[in-house]
Amino acid sequence: MGDARLVVAGKAYDSRLLVGTGKYRDFDETRRAIEASGAQIVTVAIRRTNIGQNAGEPNLLDVLPPSRYTILPNTAGCYTAQDAVRTLRLARELLDGHSLVKLEVLGDAKTLYPHMPETLEAARTLVAEGFQVMAYCNDDPIMAKQLEELGCVAVMPLASLIGSGMGIVNPYNLQIIIDHARVPVLVDAGIGTASDAAIAMELGCDGVLMNTAIAKARDPVRMGRAMKLAVEAGREAFLAGRMARKPYEASASSPEAGLIQKTG
Amino acid sequence: MAIHVHLNGAPREFPAPLTFSQLVETLELEGKRLAIERNGEIVPRTRFPEERLSDGDRIEVVIAVGGG
Repeated sequence: MGDARLVVAGKAYDSRLLVGTGKYRDFDETRRAIEASGAQIVTVAIRRTNIGQNAGEPNLLDVLPPSRYTILPNTAGCYTAQDAVRTLRLARELLDGHSLVKLEVLGDAKTLYPHMPETLEAARTLVAEGFQVMAYCNDDPIMAKQLEELGCVAVMPLASLIGSGMGIVNPYNLQIIIDHARVPVLVDAGIGTASDAAIAMELGCDGVLMNTAIAKARDPVRMGRAMKLAVEAGREAFLAGRMARKPYEASASSPEAGLIQKTG
Repeated sequence: MAIHVHLNGAPREFPAPLTFSQLVETLELEGKRLAIERNGEIVPRTRFPEERLSDGDRIEVVIAVGGG
């Protein structure tokens, strides 16, 4: 009944749910929702500090201490390989040499769709500099394979657009990526509710990363818990192996023999 | 003596000489988890006490914030 743990870059994790830290009402809600989700890897953005405005203000990393969580700095908002690389070099300095990162290079401000040529270029540079790169990508199996061949430690294809909550729009492409990958595949972006996370896990992916689905739920703490259960349920269903689909043939669950006879 | 730098995109003037340690202190950011870049290059924290800002430097001071 056991399941191997999720292993990313040589480190094992009990939870297959990774979460973002944006869009919460406040740090307290962030902390409680993430605690409820059971996530062990949490992604954070890197931004300019507001000079002169935040003296004494709490810091996100006080709420989510790196001693307890694996902090995954990301390059959200970067549109070029150069900016992504710069951002992650800063992140590595900020986190005392920590090298596990989430690379995302965007191509368009309206769709936030990944820019794959820039993503590949940034991945090449980052791997050469010793980063362990988890790469956000489109659901193109060839792109996922190229990222893997460049040395990325995980590929993270989108389920649908970032923050859209549209769920898994192309399960067939995700399936091809999962079937061919030799590194963990984490479905990232587009999850809307618990069933989406379960479907992603039932496809056989290694984990799911989400932010908005939890942060923008009416009750983020409760949704954090729902997502934890959904990821676990989906994983268990994948390992159990679903029954065959029989679209044109019913099959009664009760014995067909031994029915009582009609009277009269 | 004063130096003029661009700090997180805005022009700022500081008395010279100024080390990165003194900059962090002046900005009341001591003890915060941050990273600093000067003209596109990381300034390692271990270098803060001796490394000095120069006139015209473009300085970025970043922290971790909520994001997905």
